Amino acid sequence: MPLPAVATERDLRLDLFRGLALWLIFLDHIPSNIVAWVTIRNYGFSDATEIFIFISGFTAAFVYGKAMRERGTLVASARILKRAWQIYVAHIFLFAIYMAEISYVATSFENPLYAEEMNVLDFLKQPDVTIVQALLLKFKPVNMDVLPLYIVLLVLFPPILWLLVRRPTVALATSVAIYAMSWEFSWNLPSYPSGHWFFNPFAWQLLFVFGAWCAMGGAERLRPMLNSRITTVVAVAYLVFAFLIALSWYIPGGSRFVPEWLAERIYPIDKTNLDVLRFAHFLALAALTVQVLPADWPGLKWPALQPAIVCGQHSLEIFCLGVFLAFAGHFIMVEFSGGTGLQILISIAGILAMIAAAMLISWYKRMEGRNPGSRTKPPDADLAGGGA
Amino acid sequence: MKRLIVAILLGLAAGPAFGQDQKTCEIPTYLLIADNELPRVAAAIKDRRLNIAVVGSGSTLLTGQDGPKGAYPVRLEASLSKRLPGIAVKVVSVAKSRETAGDMIKGFEAMLADGKPDLVIWQTGTVDAIRGVQPDEFQSVLEQGIDQIHAKGADVILMNMQFSPRTESMIAVNPYADTMRAVAQQHGALLFDRLGIMRHWSEAGQFDLYAASKDNALAKRVHECIGRALSSLVVNAAHLQSIETKNTQ
Repeated sequence: MPLPAVATERDLRLDLFRGLALWLIFLDHIPSNIVAWVTIRNYGFSDATEIFIFISGFTAAFVYGKAMRERGTLVASARILKRAWQIYVAHIFLFAIYMAEISYVATSFENPLYAEEMNVLDFLKQPDVTIVQALLLKFKPVNMDVLPLYIVLLVLFPPILWLLVRRPTVALATSVAIYAMSWEFSWNLPSYPSGHWFFNPFAWQLLFVFGAWCAMGGAERLRPMLNSRITTVVAVAYLVFAFLIALSWYIPGGSRFVPEWLAERIYPIDKTNLDVLRFAHFLALAALTVQVLPADWPGLKWPALQPAIVCGQHSLEIFCLGVFLAFAGHFIMVEFSGGTGLQILISIAGILAMIAAAMLISWYKRMEGRNPGSRTKPPDADLAGGGA
Repeated sequence: MKRLIVAILLGLAAGPAFGQDQKTCEIPTYLLIADNELPRVAAAIKDRRLNIAVVGSGSTLLTGQDGPKGAYPVRLEASLSKRLPGIAVKVVSVAKSRETAGDMIKGFEAMLADGKPDLVIWQTGTVDAIRGVQPDEFQSVLEQGIDQIHAKGADVILMNMQFSPRTESMIAVNPYADTMRAVAQQHGALLFDRLGIMRHWSEAGQFDLYAASKDNALAKRVHECIGRALSSLVVNAAHLQSIETKNTQ
């Protein structure tokens, strides 16, 4: 059986856009942040999460697909599960930091105006239940939903990758079927204390597997379609439509401009279950991006873009740092009654901290690699460590 | 469309003047635009009466010294009585802390039968957001509740969450606020955007909502302004300006 054509060289565009997505996620995670107005969620249906999950699927297939072909299914699967474990540990570490912040707030804040809101701290009264539920990934504080999604996607990835290496089309069709069935039968994982996962893994797997499929030769097969003029026209038209709808959310009374028959059809735009409108919005963005920026675009070498690329190359570390910095930033804003100036300062300082950390990690990995005494690592470990 | 433009122009014209004699509770006009009308309220006013029921959770209550008298339902009654002379305004509050929207609608039948309200102000969303109630479940409960109230011949105002900067990173209120806005618009209810209004007050420096004090004074001032803002929304949406006295508030 002929193996599908597969991307052989690391595509810097992936790192660039994942790095940018990490910055946007950081900005969006700081509540009431004026700088968050620049992020794409305000100009259409999809947001940085779609970019992050798609690119993560792409790189996961790129790295582990190679391992699966060269070293076999068992070795590749073990590496994928090891990666899932690393992410789990990172998530629990972030949870510990979150608990520290919450506990501090709980003991220092007693404004009677917010007696109701303070009930959110009730879970501190029964740590026996809360901590166990957090370890089971059922209790997830606000903005800590992405890593659990990523963990589930990776744990389920070995069989999908096995299929992708052999029959990519069947794998993609299976993914679409799971997505459709999750809508039809309301599949989702349970949360604690009630409800379901904010990012439904059965729905969001579609983006991840689609990314993986693109890495396993799908992107090549889509090329004629991507290069066609019709795609450009449809994508631009859809992005304009989404922009106009988004505009109606932010103009006071703007909802009146959306005709009722249309509103009934498009709302609610479901983030939990990866609404088709969101998915289509991401596809339109991706199609135009690929048309405008080819893989050999010289701009990818520009020094000005290197900070984003470096962040994208160490996505797990930088993602976690971003979640932490958003907590810390909000904490500072609360303590100093955050004005606009402080919000801008925190946003810039946070992104600079992410860049500095990414450069430090790069430097460290280079040093480790150069040291003759260091144990030899499997090829592409750097990529696997920071990439997938 | 035409009405919107008129409303904005009126807002621009009236804004500064309104602000001068009303420093403490100033609200930009766009936050009080009525998306729907209040026909039942307008009809009740013709009979010189207005019965309002407030259903809500903890943020409708105010505890502590003089707390209950300062809660916004009481302040709403005071403000409306003053603005609508000769109308018997009565506001009844049936709020219980820690109740989700789903908990509240269980009491709707009794509430609608007892008070025969012309208008129900339904404050909800906070507890649902804290508990992480499924958004579609929250939506269907809201729709069910609004239909139930409409069936008994009363108008509905949905009131969303408070703006609470300290708990912003812990409670994801925005998806629930979006749901409330959409449901209100599609089911003929009015939205009172408490979240947007309090955020405006915080950004404009009218209230320090970051304060960690145990003092009740801030809470009482906020509830006073919420009560007044609500009365403005009722007067606007039911077109009661004609019977409003000149010395408002």
